[in-house]
Amino acid sequence: MSLKTINTDILIIGGGPAGLSAAVSAYEAGARDMLIVEREETLGGILKQCIHSGFGLHRFGEELTGPEYAHIYISKIEEYGIPFMLDTMITELKPDKTATAVNSADGIFEIKAGAVILAMGCRERSRGALSIAGSRPSGIYTAGTAQKYVNLLGYMPGKEIVILGSGDIGLIMARRMTLEGANVKLCCDILPVPSGLPRNVEQCLNDFDIPLRLSCTVSKIHGKDRLAGVTLVDVDESLSPVPGSEEYVSCDTLLLSCGLIPENELSRGAGVIIDSKTGGPVTDENLQTVVEGIFACGNVHHVHGLVDDVSIQADIAGRAAALYVGA
Amino acid sequence: MFDVVVIGAGICGAMTARLLTEYGQKVCILERCPDVAMGTTKANSSIVHAGFDAEPGSLKARLNVRGSVMMEEIARQLGVKYRRIGALVVALGEEDKKTLSDLLEKGGINGVSGLEILERDELIKLEPGIADEVLCALHAPTSALVCPYELCIAAVGSAMDNGAELKLSFEVDKIERTDKGYIVGAGDKSVSARCVINCAGVYADEIARLVGDESFSIRPRRGEYLILDKECGNTVSHTVFRCPDEMGKGVLVTPTVDGNLFLGPTATDIDDKEDTSTTPEGFASIRARAVSQVKGIDFSKIIASFAGLRATGNTGDFIINMPLEGFVNVAAIESPGLSSAPAIAEYVRDMLEESGVEMRKDPNFKAERKSLHRFSTLSIEEKNAIIADRPEYGHIVCRCEGVSEGEILEAIRSNPRPSDVDGIKRRTRTGMGRCQGGFCTPYVIGLLARETGVDYGEISKFGGESLINIGRTKSDL
Amino acid sequence: MEERKMTCIMCPRGCLMTAKIENGEMLSLEGNTCKRGYEYAYNEIHHPVRTLTTTVRTEGGRIAAVKSSVPVPKKLQFEIMKQINALRPSDDIVFGQTLIQNVCSTGSDIIVTSD
Repeated sequence: MSLKTINTDILIIGGGPAGLSAAVSAYEAGARDMLIVEREETLGGILKQCIHSGFGLHRFGEELTGPEYAHIYISKIEEYGIPFMLDTMITELKPDKTATAVNSADGIFEIKAGAVILAMGCRERSRGALSIAGSRPSGIYTAGTAQKYVNLLGYMPGKEIVILGSGDIGLIMARRMTLEGANVKLCCDILPVPSGLPRNVEQCLNDFDIPLRLSCTVSKIHGKDRLAGVTLVDVDESLSPVPGSEEYVSCDTLLLSCGLIPENELSRGAGVIIDSKTGGPVTDENLQTVVEGIFACGNVHHVHGLVDDVSIQADIAGRAAALYVGA
Repeated sequence: MFDVVVIGAGICGAMTARLLTEYGQKVCILERCPDVAMGTTKANSSIVHAGFDAEPGSLKARLNVRGSVMMEEIARQLGVKYRRIGALVVALGEEDKKTLSDLLEKGGINGVSGLEILERDELIKLEPGIADEVLCALHAPTSALVCPYELCIAAVGSAMDNGAELKLSFEVDKIERTDKGYIVGAGDKSVSARCVINCAGVYADEIARLVGDESFSIRPRRGEYLILDKECGNTVSHTVFRCPDEMGKGVLVTPTVDGNLFLGPTATDIDDKEDTSTTPEGFASIRARAVSQVKGIDFSKIIASFAGLRATGNTGDFIINMPLEGFVNVAAIESPGLSSAPAIAEYVRDMLEESGVEMRKDPNFKAERKSLHRFSTLSIEEKNAIIADRPEYGHIVCRCEGVSEGEILEAIRSNPRPSDVDGIKRRTRTGMGRCQGGFCTPYVIGLLARETGVDYGEISKFGGESLINIGRTKSDL
Repeated sequence: MEERKMTCIMCPRGCLMTAKIENGEMLSLEGNTCKRGYEYAYNEIHHPVRTLTTTVRTEGGRIAAVKSSVPVPKKLQFEIMKQINALRPSDDIVFGQTLIQNVCSTGSDIIVTSD
């Protein structure tokens, strides 16, 4: 069977912050033959929709927005002439570092790589995975998907908002939705302490007098076609609902910021062993997985709090991959 | 004026409309929801039962066994998925063992083939995932899996491709008898036909009442379900049941046609015919029962939960009768409704024919319909040939389920045409994967908007008031 | 004399600081680990400021990300949002371009931050 094949020394799966940083550092370590494969229409990954500032202080000494941080790396990619493919999905990765890819222009083809850097990022925990009881109306989004509607597409998911989960994405969206004119009624979290950074609790909730209710979660969703409200319930130390503490809050939008899950389906297919604690590949100090020549970095490895840390980690993977292919 | 109006585009209405179209009838399907398969049909156990469970001599028994035999060929014609994996009804104690021998006997009388009781040592060879407490099981090799809404959508599409009409968002509130037949109305809209088939699911009693038939009542029985990631699809290789009780067949643990693991249902009699909410008690009940049947279920891999309503009648059997000339009730179609649906269609056709309606098989009836999922079954060369000609098949929209833009566009352009995100979900599986639409939904909305000419901001989740976005940014809220 | 606790937002550390204030003046600050924290506390007491980040819609309906070039008075955020929301710049705006100079007389510009 003759399938179009592309050969490359280093295949980087994902053109978000991890993939971009890894590519740049591999180049700076001497590698030249590489290919970044990105499923979206442009490079930048999740940074494209993170229009808020707070990135880059550690890495570049200045506070940048997500797109500005991406811009620095994309400029380097262009300056170095590092090859990349857009609108291309990797559907399979084998232990021998052969990947199957598909896009509109080339159809289904193969990429044979000397080394692979896994940089696919993560997905959000959905309502279904949280098993929140009640009806299934529209109006329920993970915070990141809502962020995409607002920041990339220009649509408002809703007007009267409740946020479940005080992770940074939820806090950031509390501020964003408020600035765009929505009424964020409250943010609640099942844990007794906020999951996001204190600075985000301050500038996203306190700045706008949005209440933060800890040890509190959503126990039921109400609404026929569109969300009409949620039942909040307090929880005890064992995170069990406290009977009698139920409170109905009317709203038309529920944003979920309840955890990120590294996206390792491709990794598993390649024989990479996943650490059940992090959800990402088991790696050595060079970020090499148990499969020789396959490296991992960024949120696919474990969920990072700051993109600066992603870049630091991706640098290691990029250099290690360059060394591995003999650059 | 139509020959037949079918009220309800669930699995029974769909199969009946299609068969009657095949037999020369001009059919109009009236559906109250914005899409087909929106009631019980999209939220049930998806099993094509072997038929050992129904009371011998009942309509349920006769139509289940007949439907079970017909289903594989119907699935093939309609291009939908079908997997015959067999079922096991497990015994956890002496009471259960007695139930199993009753089922074996009933099955024999009903004409079910291949039934056998397996002792534990044989059982674990066949199904190693069975729980340690299970003593023995009834094995029913003819039990099969389908995707009920895929089947329904394809049957309606097939009927429409052959000339049947479909009117959505048509909530029947009046039926007037005339000398030519019936005038069926919804607000200021109306359709007239010689015959009416009442396939209105949980509302079948209310439709019957519109023509003065008050002989039966329907009460909704809610069942909750859990779906687990495809990673768990190999937990069992058969559909594993516990012994049935007075509320129904009980919780099952089964792979689905698509490779997910499926658990449920519960059974709670409720009053609200619109209440498909899930409950914490329901989750807990499913989990507790499932682990008594099968071991190694990884509950951390739940990706979705939902509930559906069965139309439970007050007679214990299906209610398929003709209280007035030309008016047929297809009511109280609870389990084994899905399995029986093709046979129910035959039964209705025969009932109409006996009452004087001429049934003539149409030689031009095109029985076969192409699967909306056929792209994924092609070889790489075949796929590349299609992508070269139609590049949208090379653009993957749903990463979790691997669905391309080309397949989504085909679904949008095929009868019955969807107009909302859930309609795409049920036709293509986009959004049914582990990220539950988090990645693909913004793209799906764009495709729907483009193809249907509706503004991006006006696309809904499932019609009605279920808009996904409420206005644009940069406007006064 | 008033003691005010505040969380610094200048960097991800989010130091919890305590300022001693008398007659509207900050006498001392504890808990900051750098000069920027001191700067933040001072501003919070006298004239709180925030970096504003948002989006703008172009003529052709494209969405571009924008930010204030320097922090702006917290109390003017919604007024500035109104100004930005009313804009419909042309589709060919570029990264780094200034869309509004000296927005609401704050001394801050509104600049494009996306490609």
